[in-house]
Amino acid sequence: MTTDLDAFRSELRAWLEANAPAGVRDLPPGGDSISWGGRKWIFVSEDQRLWIERAAERGFTVPEWPRDYGGAGLSRDEARIFNQELQRQNIRKPLEGIGIWMLGPALLKYGTEAQKKAHLPDIAQGKIRWCQGYSEPGAGSDLASVSTRCTDEGDHWLVDGSKIWTSYGDKSDCIFALVRTNTEVPKQQGISFLLIDMSTPGVSTQPIRLIGGSSSFTATFFDNVKVPKENMVGQPGQGWEIAKYLLQHERESIGSIQMSKAGDEPLSRRALALWGSEGLAEAGALRTEIANYEIDAWKLAIYVERFRDLAKAGQGSAASASVMKVVGTELVRTQAELTMSLTGADGLGWGSDPAFDWLNAPIGPIGGGSNEIQLNILAKRALNLPEA
Amino acid sequence: MTLVLTEEEILLVDAVRALLARAAPVSTFRALRDSGDPRRYDPDLWRELAVSGFAAPQIPERAGGIGMGYTAAGLIAEEMGRVLAASPFHSTALAAELMLDGATPDALAPLIAGESIVAVALDEGARHAPMAIATRAERDGDGFRISGLKRRVVDGGIADTLIVSAMADDGPSLFQVPGAAPGVQIRLLDLIDSRNAADVTFDNVPVGPEALIGAPGKAADRIARTLDVGNVLLACELLGIAQEAFDRTVAYLKEREQFGRKIGSFQALQHRAARQFCALELARGVVLKALRALDEADPATTQLASLAKAVLTRTAREMLNEAIQMHGGIGVTDELDIGLFFKRARAVGDWLGDDHYHRERLARIAWGM
Repeated sequence: MTTDLDAFRSELRAWLEANAPAGVRDLPPGGDSISWGGRKWIFVSEDQRLWIERAAERGFTVPEWPRDYGGAGLSRDEARIFNQELQRQNIRKPLEGIGIWMLGPALLKYGTEAQKKAHLPDIAQGKIRWCQGYSEPGAGSDLASVSTRCTDEGDHWLVDGSKIWTSYGDKSDCIFALVRTNTEVPKQQGISFLLIDMSTPGVSTQPIRLIGGSSSFTATFFDNVKVPKENMVGQPGQGWEIAKYLLQHERESIGSIQMSKAGDEPLSRRALALWGSEGLAEAGALRTEIANYEIDAWKLAIYVERFRDLAKAGQGSAASASVMKVVGTELVRTQAELTMSLTGADGLGWGSDPAFDWLNAPIGPIGGGSNEIQLNILAKRALNLPEA
Repeated sequence: MTLVLTEEEILLVDAVRALLARAAPVSTFRALRDSGDPRRYDPDLWRELAVSGFAAPQIPERAGGIGMGYTAAGLIAEEMGRVLAASPFHSTALAAELMLDGATPDALAPLIAGESIVAVALDEGARHAPMAIATRAERDGDGFRISGLKRRVVDGGIADTLIVSAMADDGPSLFQVPGAAPGVQIRLLDLIDSRNAADVTFDNVPVGPEALIGAPGKAADRIARTLDVGNVLLACELLGIAQEAFDRTVAYLKEREQFGRKIGSFQALQHRAARQFCALELARGVVLKALRALDEADPATTQLASLAKAVLTRTAREMLNEAIQMHGGIGVTDELDIGLFFKRARAVGDWLGDDHYHRERLARIAWGM
């Protein structure tokens, strides 16, 4: 087993060395060099295009998906090695996106064979970029109250309503949305999971401006949009179940994204660089808070490690995703606050990095199921406390 | 090593838990406290733990132990925390660690068998400062004469032997001194956790050259290493205390009714309980990470030991305050066990440095601040 993995690693290493072009190596973290793909995508470089093409051919854009749907069919261990090797050679992932993180897992679990064939390869090849249509103006934390209407018109569905907080709604090609197909049953049971091409007449988006300035969020409107019958995932009324399954994925990825963000540069190092050790010693109260932050960051890093080990051992739990989401998002907010304190007037400049991070930090504890919702979930699922 | 318990470790936990459930439920600790027995520990329990190999499982085979590693010791400490088992477990671990390097295979045998209790006398002030050693060891022929005062020597009242740190001409040194040696004066303390501790005065106590542990003046590394082990094991006990208090509190939230409903249905309490759950989850990871580091001689061990003690001292304290608050009036009565956990958590947290001590230490050694 180990030797198989070793062989896989060395073969992969050689393949990466030969095939990952220079332009996708040693890039600064985050930012403009991530490929999201889609019809509207403009490659930042020829190397970026080439890298998606080569990776997709081997299934490496979605390493763990089955080969039939554009993946490489890797086991968990092999996928872990794949990520390690990317990191080792400092190669950017060929493709990112909600299609990979969320819709893919939903279709793999709930989709028909025809739906998998129709959508998964397009995601894997970066041809279609997906966004998520969950929240509505009247359904935030109370997500099960979605009211975007979806009626059965015989040969198609007719969708009318609006979504809010659609990440990259303006840059995406398709949206998977929670829609109401039944108003006569308890609210969770009347929700369905629908795939909508955003080029369909009647779909429009509008950007949302936030306290930090422009954002990646849009409001998305559906004005009597005709959707093919085959675009419903699962049965009518099964949407809530699918959404819950996916929210867990989202929480985990938010938790670990926030984590890696927090791990970029230790705050203590930044503090020492800015203030020097004597300056920091004089600012004893701030030094204490930075030390406390570092302790919390270390705790979370260990928890993420344990979370992965538990998942590998088949002992993962949904509760861990909620814990990670709550703790991770609050940690990032603390980091942003402390960075503002460290930078003082320099950080107050509109458009400065500290201000940008600080103004965006409050999104984490709200999005992906607010932290209060996570605490509700923990109270109910992990602690079995009685219904409120 | 993975941050998940192995099957073997889970079996160990089950075995220890079963033994303690039978031999040392919290009621036995309460009875011991109420009996006024000045020994303040349970000799029968300690003997049984020793017979089962649970008294010092971390001692390696080369030193006559069973070599189960620090993780095993930590899991046992956690279980003892859950029932407030009154035993000299930590003292034994500290003594063994101090003696380990260079020990002959039979030197630790009485410790492992539970036949000898060795207390470790390092601190001299009210707050932990292990290297602030005013106790002197003056050369006297081929031996030494030791003079000084050691504070809060845990299990000092039941120990047949003391290991004391003292400044010799060459620097910090360690000596093994019989508790009954002339000039050793043991003053029992009555601490909040109702466990055994004493202030120990050494008044010109003569010891032979065989009393010296390791080379004279070279005790600093040995002490540092021992404190790492001690702090991780104390963190394990704190985890057990916090987990037990949490479990009891959640059970109470499901049972207690006010305003015609279970108080656990109130969101104000649900969220607080959920936050404690998060804190415990994180704390458990930290403890396991530190135990694995000890077993693997990870270079980050000393930092992880401080992290574990800092985190668990605070987590346990906050957990216990929440536990009392959520129990309401009954929570501050002596009748309820929660108060026993509250007191023990404070005493364990203070031993070998509390969260403030270890946060400060981390700020310096981990982040250079």
